[in-house]
Amino acid sequence: MPHDDHDHPHNSELSPIELRVRALESILVEKGYVDPAAVDAIIQTYETEIGPHRGARVVAKAWTDPAFADWLKRDASAAIASLGYTGRQGEHMVALFNTPYLHNMVVCTLCSCYPWPVLGLPPVWYKSPPYRARAVKEPRTVLAEFGVTLPEGKEVRVWDSTAEMRYLVIPERPAGTGGWSEEQLAAIVTRDSMIGTGVAGAPT
Amino acid sequence: MSAPEKSPEKSPEKLRERPFEAPWEAQVFALTVKLNEKGVFSWSDWTKTLGAELHEAPERPYYESWLAALEKITQANAVVSAPERLARIDAWDRAAKSTPHGQPILLENGARTDGPSYDFSPV
Repeated sequence: MPHDDHDHPHNSELSPIELRVRALESILVEKGYVDPAAVDAIIQTYETEIGPHRGARVVAKAWTDPAFADWLKRDASAAIASLGYTGRQGEHMVALFNTPYLHNMVVCTLCSCYPWPVLGLPPVWYKSPPYRARAVKEPRTVLAEFGVTLPEGKEVRVWDSTAEMRYLVIPERPAGTGGWSEEQLAAIVTRDSMIGTGVAGAPT
Repeated sequence: MSAPEKSPEKSPEKLRERPFEAPWEAQVFALTVKLNEKGVFSWSDWTKTLGAELHEAPERPYYESWLAALEKITQANAVVSAPERLARIDAWDRAAKSTPHGQPILLENGARTDGPSYDFSPV
């Protein structure tokens, strides 16, 4: 029997998944569909630049600048783009304003559509089957699991994202923050509060 | 409520979490974004394909479904055929297994020596 190199303990091994990814990428690069440097640039951007700090800036501006808040209500894509945050897939942004009578909450029941330009990539739970299934059916129970208990009379509205429509929740501004700067306010806007599974000013 | 001292720009760790658990997840994500930008498929076709994969195997890790969807949509759009992909998976496997641990794995090292050779030259 010839020596089987495949079992040689000092050689490398790629997992089945890594093999599939390398196979796909190397073919796409060879055929000119993607440039490895551009792929790395995208990864770098999503790992370091784009994240919920952007959405927090949008929210803080909406809290302090009524004209901006009004613009967000009328044309969220344009208002958000004015801060330099634009989408890659040509999606429309919609800003959902929470009020004392209405709480908005966002889900993507199909897959994991999410407002990348302002929140980055979604957290693990957002992509999970239980959240996707239950957010629509029993939003109050899901909210309670996130530690959010709403008054009886407050309406909960659940928005199902699509490839074309992405939602950003504008949480209510916490009491006692009068006179705070935009920067100070942005620091208390949590990611979950902009998905609607949290409230601003509360720890996540 | 007392005002926080740091801005989110100064304390990014509070608001960010690592979006990818492994480098390959980042790779498939970025490949998908680039292919969409190139016009290979629309984002709405992509979400339908991904949604179908997620629906078919709800217990499968999210990015594994993402990878399966990317394989399907590139095949459906005649960008990468299944035989081409499978041959390339084999080639990477051979390359890895013939590379001493710690050295970079190069595709050239996966060329077949025991049968018909696969052409790696760019199309």
